[in-house]
Amino acid sequence: MTTTTAPAPARTAAPPVAPRRRARKRTHRLVTTLFLGPAVLYLVLFYGYPVVQNVVMGFQHYTISTFFTGDAPWAGLDNYREVVTSPLFRTALVNTLLFTVGSIAGQFVLGLGLALFFRRRFPLSGLLRSLVLLPWLIPLIVASAVWKWLLDTDSGALNRLLVSTGLTDTGVPWLTSTSLALVAVIAVNVWIGIPFNAVILHGGLQGIPDELYEAGALDGATRWRAFRHITWPMLRPVVSVVLVLGVVYTLKVLDIILGLTGGGPANATQTLATQSYQLSFATFDFGQGAAVSNILIVISLVFAAVYLRLNRRAVDE
Amino acid sequence: MQHRCASTTGGIPAGGPAWHDRPVSRRAVTAAGLLAPLAALLAGCGAERSATSPRTLRVLDTYTNDPDRTVVGAALDAAAAKVGVTLERVSVGGDSLIQRVLQQGSSGTLPDILMLDNPDLQQIASTTALRPFDALGIPTDGYTDGITAAGTYDGRVYGLAPTVNTIALFYDVPALEEAGVEPPTTWDELRDAAAALTRPDRYGIAFCGAATYEGTWQYLPFFWSNGGDERRIASPEAAGALDLLADLVGQGHASTSVLNWSQADVKDQFVAGRAAMMVNGPWQIPELSAVDGLEYDVVTLPTRDPSTQEAVAPLGGEVWTVPATGDHAKEKLAAQVLTEFLADDSLLSMAEQRSTVPGRPALTEAFLGRRPEMAAFADLIQGARARTAELGPEWPTTATALYTAVQLALSGQAGAADALAEAQEYV
Repeated sequence: MTTTTAPAPARTAAPPVAPRRRARKRTHRLVTTLFLGPAVLYLVLFYGYPVVQNVVMGFQHYTISTFFTGDAPWAGLDNYREVVTSPLFRTALVNTLLFTVGSIAGQFVLGLGLALFFRRRFPLSGLLRSLVLLPWLIPLIVASAVWKWLLDTDSGALNRLLVSTGLTDTGVPWLTSTSLALVAVIAVNVWIGIPFNAVILHGGLQGIPDELYEAGALDGATRWRAFRHITWPMLRPVVSVVLVLGVVYTLKVLDIILGLTGGGPANATQTLATQSYQLSFATFDFGQGAAVSNILIVISLVFAAVYLRLNRRAVDE
Repeated sequence: MQHRCASTTGGIPAGGPAWHDRPVSRRAVTAAGLLAPLAALLAGCGAERSATSPRTLRVLDTYTNDPDRTVVGAALDAAAAKVGVTLERVSVGGDSLIQRVLQQGSSGTLPDILMLDNPDLQQIASTTALRPFDALGIPTDGYTDGITAAGTYDGRVYGLAPTVNTIALFYDVPALEEAGVEPPTTWDELRDAAAALTRPDRYGIAFCGAATYEGTWQYLPFFWSNGGDERRIASPEAAGALDLLADLVGQGHASTSVLNWSQADVKDQFVAGRAAMMVNGPWQIPELSAVDGLEYDVVTLPTRDPSTQEAVAPLGGEVWTVPATGDHAKEKLAAQVLTEFLADDSLLSMAEQRSTVPGRPALTEAFLGRRPEMAAFADLIQGARARTAELGPEWPTTATALYTAVQLALSGQAGAADALAEAQEYV
């Protein structure tokens, strides 16, 4: 930005000083490049290289031997063919979809509810608002270990509660039933994602001027109508950011699932992320693991592109 | 929010022209200064291997918990002292060992002595990362067939286990007496015992059916003793064994949580009195013995028909290897240390203190003299089968298929035969 604004006065200057100006301009450009250097180097080193390496790895027979011999024979599309035709792939893809949609829907609705709730000031609202952040502050491994314990079939606190209140006769197999495990994992992920949604949406709500509500109230728009015609349209840009970032974060969730079920029972909670992890770090077929994670990256990229588009439109408005 | 962002970035050029009039060279210096640490960082990457003394050997193992950590450490130190070298030992968690070895392999920093879990040995040996024992002069005779099979790749021995283990049936003595049940010896007796021992606050039996190699490992004794073959897992014999486990869960004599339990969790359930019997290994004995008021005993896992079938135990335990580091002098020293480490006295003392069975049958009698209660395990070890004996480096794929079948059957997703047929597709 500064490079384009600087030459403007130079054009009107007298010819004799031009060489000096040009030299100065060159030094200036050098400095700009040097300042850009660290950032570019950082991006290339920590983003560019791994991504390129991962894409390449997806086309190689990259196994344990590769680490010792350095040989990674070219595999063409073998890894992708193998991965996509595996019976597990469809399960993982469907689970990834259900997990993402379920998590985002739950997190967003509850997060928005909490954000709206905390718009009002009431005694202890500050304290309560900071308590909402709690799930965010607990390390994910700890959170999943505690949830695994809470959801245990025989001795988990939740089942103890359900049985003692007479709602069920025996413990519900939250994490060990093939039909319930995914629901339980989604529920835990919703719990973890609420603070993010609530905080960002709360921030967005703060940006809506009170005058609008006052004016709306004069015209009879209160409660639901106020939300529908004032809050929602004003919040739209923030909502799109929250949703798209949420999708990208949720697609790659690994630790929570590994901590709760390890992808089981019978692959009922296997997602593309866990499948990629298992291929790479349990069966040590890094080529296939990279292929799955590349598929995941492409899915994320689609959403990132949507995000950038929405973002640009929001700025244009 | 977006609007606000735009206006703050728009504010920066306003201050821009001001610094254009100042001398530029200082800026250049600052910028170069900013780059300097990065350059230093990059240069530092080249010098990662620290020089160690020629008589110091690096050791990598997974014994992070006591008593194993101290016992193995003492045995290593004693062996090193006899050879006249010092050891620099690192212990990492079992989950991260292979990842660590791969990192070290690719950066040329493999240790001089390396411990591996026995089913991983052939896979690592197939990469040329290890040195064969015959080339190093480490004695390889006198071990059980299972240990030799686990340590052999392509006809040459690459690793040996000083002491080994397997799994058997632990039971709560007072619980069985109270229910009037004898320790089961057949599958039918096991079913009946589990049913008789189940109470509202307690399951008859606990075992590990997790979606991990531990789940595969616990299914293997039933699978093998019934005639299952890992080269063709979809067989009636394999289905019969899986039916047994699925029935125990299906009829409520084992918790559905077995799908999610590690072997350590199984032990916790047993200790807490929430399971009257459990399938587990002797490495739990030190902890079980420390529990006040817990009276337990161990028997061989039942077979379907003991008159025609023999109990086949899967071989567990860690093998020790000499990685190919390229430093032949150190490889020689490492071989000498391992030879001492695997000597009779060293083996016996490790076996005794770690509640594991010596890898050489010749030492069994002396071992049982010191630890008579280990008789059930010592018997099983003589015929224990290595997981990689038939499939070698291909074992992990089949192991994955087997735990997939276990999960499908135990969760009621599929009958035993269908579960195995479906899992066969993963191989």
